[in-house]
Order: sequence, then C-alpha cells, then structure tokens
Amino acid sequence: MTETLDRLRLSRLGDDDLELLLLVRHFELKLLELYGRGELNGTTHTCLGQEYVPVSLRPLLGEHDHIFSNHRGHGHYLARFADPHGLLAEIMGREGAVCGGVGGSQHIHRDRYLSTGVQGESLPVAAGVALHLKRAEPGALACVYIGDGTWGEGAVYEALNLASLWRLPLLVVVENNGIAQSTPTTSQMAGSIAGRAAAFGVKHHLVVSTDVNEIRTSLEPLVTEVRDCRPLVVEFVTHRLGPHSKGDDIRPADAVQAARDNDWYVRYANDHPDQFHRLDRLVRAEVQAIADEVAARPLSRWEES
Amino acid sequence: MRVAENLNAALHGLLDDDPTAYVLGEDVLDPYGGAFKITKGLSMRFPGRVIGTPISEGALTGVAAGLALTGNTAVAEIMFGDFVALAFDQICNFASKSVSMYGKRLPLRMVVRCPTGGGRGYGPTHSQSMQKHFVGMPGLSLYEMSPFHDNRAVFTAMLQRGEPCLFFEDKVLYTRQMDQVDPMFRVRRDGELAVIDLEDRPDCVIIAPGGMAHRTLAAMKTLVLQQEISCRLLVPSRLYPLDVDAMLPHLGEVVLVAEESTAGGTWGGEVAHLLHERVWDRLRGPVRLVHSRASVIPTAAHLESEVLAGESTIHDAVRKALRG
Repeated sequence: MTETLDRLRLSRLGDDDLELLLLVRHFELKLLELYGRGELNGTTHTCLGQEYVPVSLRPLLGEHDHIFSNHRGHGHYLARFADPHGLLAEIMGREGAVCGGVGGSQHIHRDRYLSTGVQGESLPVAAGVALHLKRAEPGALACVYIGDGTWGEGAVYEALNLASLWRLPLLVVVENNGIAQSTPTTSQMAGSIAGRAAAFGVKHHLVVSTDVNEIRTSLEPLVTEVRDCRPLVVEFVTHRLGPHSKGDDIRPADAVQAARDNDWYVRYANDHPDQFHRLDRLVRAEVQAIADEVAARPLSRWEES
Repeated sequence: MRVAENLNAALHGLLDDDPTAYVLGEDVLDPYGGAFKITKGLSMRFPGRVIGTPISEGALTGVAAGLALTGNTAVAEIMFGDFVALAFDQICNFASKSVSMYGKRLPLRMVVRCPTGGGRGYGPTHSQSMQKHFVGMPGLSLYEMSPFHDNRAVFTAMLQRGEPCLFFEDKVLYTRQMDQVDPMFRVRRDGELAVIDLEDRPDCVIIAPGGMAHRTLAAMKTLVLQQEISCRLLVPSRLYPLDVDAMLPHLGEVVLVAEESTAGGTWGGEVAHLLHERVWDRLRGPVRLVHSRASVIPTAAHLESEVLAGESTIHDAVRKALRG
C-alpha cells in the first residue's frame, strides 16, 4: 500500500476545491504547531495526506445526508461546514466552539454530522439512521468514515450484515492509510476489505487516485446507487503523512517517504504552480489569522441542562 | 392481569400512540413473539415498526440509537439481560454519552429492555441481574419492572426523560399477577414510589426493586405472623438516578435494601450511601444490604436457590437487623 500509486499529472481543480484542500492541510499543520507549543489540551489526530478524500466527496453529499466521522475527522468536518473557527474553538476550548469544548477533536455533533472516538461504534448507529432515512426521507443516505484499523471491530460486520440484509442507504468510506496507529495493515488484517465486503454481498469500490476530479467522476454513479438503497464500501488507498496523533510516528523512513511521494500537496504544486502558490499563501495566512483570533477568545462555557 | 400481559399491552399502546415508535430485537416477530412472548401480536399489528434482527446485540442497540438520533422512539429487546454486555459500548460510549457530550443536550428516546434474574434454572450466563454494571453512568437511567407499576406509565416516564433507559424485567414476574398482594397489606402510591405496609409506624423499612417485591412481601408476612415484626416495603420504579427525597418520609430507624444482584458493587450499596448522607442521624444502624451470594448462578435448582437472595434471606436479615 506504500507504493507510489499515481504518477499521472493531477487535473486542475476549481479554486474552491483547492482552497478547501489547503484549508484542511494548513489547519492540521497549525494544530501540530499549537500542540508542539503546548497550547492545546489532550490529543489530536490529523488527516495530513488524506485531505482529498472528504473534499472529493463534498459535492456528492447533500445537507439531507448524515455523516458519521471518527477520531481523524477534521477534514470531514471542514469539508461539510467550512467552519475552521468553530472547529478550532472546539479543539482549543474557546468561545464559539461547536460543542462547547466538551467533545473536543473527536466528538462533534452539528446538524446531521456526528463524530465519535470509538472505532466501529458509529456503523450500527449509521445503519439505524439509514433505516430511518430509507423510510422517512428516501434518497438521503448515511455516510460513515472508517479506517483500515476499524475493520478489527465486530460492530463493522454486524452493521454490514444489516445494511445488506435490509438494503440500507449506507455508504462506508474507508480511508485505508496502511497503518492503524503504529500497526501496519499487513500485521492486523487477514484477507482484504474487498473480500470482507463481498462476504456480505456489499459492493466494494477501490479508489487509488488522488485526483479529486477523477475520484468524483468515478463515485458519482455509485453514490446515486447508494441513494437507491444499495449499500457500498468505498476504499480509498491513501497515505497518512503525519503521526497517529502527535510525535508518535515510529514508521521507518522509507514508509514516511513513500507517503510524502504520494502527497497531493507536493504533486499539485508541481503540476499547477501558479494557482497553487497563489492560494497556498492566501490560505496559510488565513489559517494563521484564524488561530490568532480563536486563541484570543474567552474560554468556552458548558451550558449543562 | 399477568405482568407479561401488562407489559405486552404497554408496547401495543406505545406503538399505537406514537407513530415514530419502533420495537426491535431477536425473535420478536410473530408468531414467535419473543423468547418470553412479550412482543406477541406486535408485528402483526405494526408491520415495519417491529423489526426482527440477527443475533447482534451491539448492532441492534446501535440501530435503536440511530433511530432515536433521527427523532424516533426506539425500544430494543435484549433476549436475556446477560447479553446486554454485548451492547455495553453502544450504551456506555455512544447512547448515554451523546446526551451530553456534544455540549448541549441531545435528547434520545430509547429504551433497552433486559429480561433479568434467576430462579428459572437457566444457569450462569442467562440468570444475572446486570443493573449494578450500569449504575452511575451519566445520561443513562435505570428502571425496573414491578407488579405495582403499570408498564405503560413507566414507558411514558422513561421516554419523557429524553435519555437512554435500561428497563430490567425480572423474568419471574412475567407469570405473576399485577398488584398481587396478601390482603393483610395495604398498598399505596406516592408519586413513582409504591408503598406497601401494615401500619403507620413499622419496625423496619425494606427498599426493593420490582423483581424482589413479592419475595419481600412473603418475608414480611412470616415476619409479622411468626415474629410480630412489622415491615414496610418501598418499591421505586427508577433505580438510577434514585429519587431519595421521595423515600425520606417513608423511612424509619431500621432500613434494608434487598435485591437479587450477586454481592459486590451493588445497587443497594449506592442506595445505602445516599441514605447515609441524608438520614444517618435518624438510623439505628447502617442500612443493611440483602443480595445474592458472591457467586455465579448455578443451574441445578438446589444450588441456584442457595445462591440467590429470596424470602428467607430477607427474613433472616430483618430479624438480625432488629434483634441481632
């Protein structure tokens, strides 16, 4: 999974897509910097290298769709709401936090978006939501982001069984970054994700590209099928550029290098330098300004009821 | 009316009154109607809202939470309460947490039904009282079925809390009659508390959840006839959080808590602590705890009855509390 998968030129994106990609990238880099300076409490899991997954899916998911995210969910949230202020305030425990600072990085609920910090737990819940949508709001779907490591949890299989059996509009997006915290996928998974989906009669689609336009084109008809109550597992072969959380990366240098070689950020900069550098500078400065502004806010308040 | 029929009627009533209500669980569909027949007739009357699931307690509880999250009312049946261990993550880390961990209250109308307890020879993994494992979880309320509480009203109360509830149903109650009590006793209700006694100033007060009520009443009868000891029984519907204030007017100098749970980390220990904080000065001694032995629950009838707390355990505990 650490091979260089895609050496083709990345297609040109609209400014809005590139800005969103860069927003997630600089947001995550800023978090690591803030943690490094001891300005954040607890821990965080950045999605560096994986930003293009939720950005690709963004226009394919509507406001009626439910999204379930996981511990590595900042990109998922930003692709849904473009609200870096609220998310950073949540992570920093400042006024304007999405969840008052109670949930923090990995427990966020806003409208039809919900993240939890326990692996696999959200799949059965998403199945329940999909059951509701199928009956009450046909055409809407429940999308769940999980990782390769999540497939170690039995809840995944119980939920896949239900999704197939009950024909639920459930979209499972797997961000297979080849490593679960410190454990390589090869050391924790027998067989394959495709084989596991097949066992339940659930369609599986593999995405190896990092080209947002190309991914969207390939997924669009498949997502439409999900809306027609055909559950789907989409497996992105992706790369986690950063550590699992912060400063806990024990991967060999060549594995980290392979992740860097596949990084859309560097590749896009090479392929479209003018657009890239114009927006990169802009977004970097914007994130800096957001961080300064949010850090200066008063502490968040928990309005218990 | 038998308790099982009352519970069945409550579920019929709920599905009838609430078009968003779902009942789901293993083998709950007609004609089987659930391992204990509590869901009998439901799927015939409400097809589509009564859902038979695979043997996946974690998933079916998660599905219930997902239905609740989208504004529905969800009642999940765990076939034997022991198996709620398989749904612990969904209950502890998802459903109960979701009520408050997102910063503002997220109401969930969700009940997980748990047929509970021993006395029927089902053995160590089908006879436990799991209540104690869920005591003290923020966002989770615990209720217990009782012959003195109409189940329709209890379901209304649970759902009005807007947070997940576990409903423990002592299996031995299913075949007993609602409100069954020896005519020597008087029964009254004070809010959600059932109060059963012989006179205004009893020698001793016993707090017991619904499943222990008939065993406590049997002990109370022999105590008064053989020992001239007069007891009062208090049966709360909600075990946690416990409404201690509602109990205070009914207490005396000697108080016991009786439950079927095996020893160690019991609900009664929590009740005793709450009472000690409030009425220590009024008590003749510490609140006494009556529970089953610290043991697995054996299958053979003679062994099972040695382990489980019953009429004689309560009888002896009361005598000891009063006469040493």
